[in-house]
Amino acid sequence: MINALLPLPVVLPLLGAGLAFALGRSARAQRIVSLVVLTITAVVACILLVHTHASGPLAMHVGGWPAEIGISLVADRLSALMLLVSLIVALCVLVYSLGQGVGEYGRETPLSVFHPTFLVLVAGVSNAFLSGDLFNLYVGFEVLLVASYVLLTLGGTGARIRAGTVYVIVSLVSSIIFLAAIALVYAATGTVNLAQLSERLGDLPTAVGLALQLMLLIAFAIKAAIFPLSAWLPDSYPTAPAPVTAVFAGLLTKVGIYAIIRLQTLLFPGSPLTELLMWVALLTMIIGILGAIAQSDIKRMLSFTLISHIGYMVFGIALATDAGLSAAIFYVAHHITIQTTLFLVAGLIDQVGGSTALDQLGSLARRAPILAILFFVPAMNLAGIPPFSGFLGKLGLIQAGVDDGSWLAYLLVAGGVAASLLTLYAMAKVWNRAFWQPRATDDAPLPLESRAAGGALRDVTDLHGKPARMQTARPDLKVSLSRVVRLAMAAPAAALVLFSTALTLVAGPLFALTDDAARDLRERTPYIEAVLGDAGDE
Amino acid sequence: MSTNVVLTIVVGALFAAGVYLILERSLTRVLVGILLIGNGVNILFLVASGPAGKAPLLGSNAADEISDPLPQALVLTAIVITLGVSAFVLAMAYRSWQLNQHDDVQDDVEDALIRRLAEMDEASASYDRSAGGTLDEEGSDVPDVTSSQPDGSGDRGTS
Repeated sequence: MINALLPLPVVLPLLGAGLAFALGRSARAQRIVSLVVLTITAVVACILLVHTHASGPLAMHVGGWPAEIGISLVADRLSALMLLVSLIVALCVLVYSLGQGVGEYGRETPLSVFHPTFLVLVAGVSNAFLSGDLFNLYVGFEVLLVASYVLLTLGGTGARIRAGTVYVIVSLVSSIIFLAAIALVYAATGTVNLAQLSERLGDLPTAVGLALQLMLLIAFAIKAAIFPLSAWLPDSYPTAPAPVTAVFAGLLTKVGIYAIIRLQTLLFPGSPLTELLMWVALLTMIIGILGAIAQSDIKRMLSFTLISHIGYMVFGIALATDAGLSAAIFYVAHHITIQTTLFLVAGLIDQVGGSTALDQLGSLARRAPILAILFFVPAMNLAGIPPFSGFLGKLGLIQAGVDDGSWLAYLLVAGGVAASLLTLYAMAKVWNRAFWQPRATDDAPLPLESRAAGGALRDVTDLHGKPARMQTARPDLKVSLSRVVRLAMAAPAAALVLFSTALTLVAGPLFALTDDAARDLRERTPYIEAVLGDAGDE
Repeated sequence: MSTNVVLTIVVGALFAAGVYLILERSLTRVLVGILLIGNGVNILFLVASGPAGKAPLLGSNAADEISDPLPQALVLTAIVITLGVSAFVLAMAYRSWQLNQHDDVQDDVEDALIRRLAEMDEASASYDRSAGGTLDEEGSDVPDVTSSQPDGSGDRGTS
């Protein structure tokens, strides 16, 4: 039974997390456990994707309870694709953190906590993608959020606690809104199973349905960092260690987007809120990218571009056509890879240049030409320069917008093109300032090997909570960074660059897949039949 | 389905008090607010489950007399999650107190920096001077971010 594979992406990382905790004293054993577990899980996700693409959605009722009572796990094309891309990205980030971990020490770097928490995070993400049950989706969110709280405040330095406080409070509020919405959904319909809900929510009075949809939408929009609810993201992400920021940027917001896709297609098809979503998408694109232009730190700039590009996905969802959804799903897969890659490269820039603040960097292209390539390719991909997948995703969205034909869709197309150009401007600014111009602040030789000592889980701020950019490099921390370490960090980043470029090569089949996924989403019946079987309508 | 008005009012009161506390600056008060709303949601689940019945044990009570067991299972899960999260938030509040002698939620440092630059009508530090900018001593124009933080934030605490 292929169905037996369904719980594995959730169960395996959780078991691995327990094992990694038990092996906390041996860093080597922890690394092996994490690597093996994530590799197996990625293989399972691959099998699930192949199978769902060939023969429709898979469903499994955990513990053998029928769907109305127990928890269902469901994989259709959308969730299997999300799962596979997320796991590949998570695996690369793990290898990167291993490479970085070689050269580090000290109490700011409790690696024994990092590995188990990372695995729990992956389990939460998998659970959210596979859940066929609104409450189980909530549990998946909570699992990944609690893991993210720990990862974000790793080491407990001043800056991370400050950023973590904001992040935790915002996440808790969104979780509470989600939970209250679940209670109200249950009161209105008597079920929390997504497939059953999709049959029953349509019978509700319009006002009740709209209220429920709005509550769920707000809860998911906070997690996805959609504009009026996005202020927490650039505040909290940049202080975390590079691998943590990378995996957060890639996965966490996309889980929110995934939940919104389900909400808009499975639960409330033909919703009256599409116009609202369009406006929100436009504002997210424009205001996010304007924020990015104002920033002088690479990590913060990337956080703002992350918000801006969430707007593209919301645009695709709001169109609610096959083409729009397909392009949105393609864009999610593209953006998970590209945003993670860019944050990993930002971590490399931090290692080589000693900072991610633009006014402290310069002439990197001469000193680290490979790094320059590693930055240039994903940056152009993000901005949507023609050969890359970012261009194809944006093109798909623009085509879907033009097909839609309403003036609002045309406005969004214009906004999308503008945001894309401004992304190019922001990336070109980094490219010029950090890689080509000589360093602005002083003419002393660049601290080539400095600040390497902190390693993977080092803070961008020192112990007193002052941002590092305000300080001169500390000469006492000069520890030579061996070639091995830098290679071990650059290799996974390079692998992700290759993977994101490969998305361009397989764009044809991938678009065919997302077209099918979008059609499934709009039809709804394959999903519902897979969960409820023949006894669908009770 | 008949709803319990008293419980509904309790839910409303808990939400109101919780929202008020979440708007405070102190992390411990925020936590208390979150706990209040969390309990409000739990009671909301009880309201959602309909009128109370006998204990939901199949075999000892008839199926049409028992209360709905599913919301109880959901509430149980929610309580466990709230417990874990509040333990984490308490640890974080304590750590914040250790570092800063207070547990207030602080503003975004970089945001404050950019806001001050905007007030002073200066260009951001990423502004390209060679392309015609007018800043001569960029480094000295950037105000010290730490001065915008509350007193004592730079200390290492009691340890």
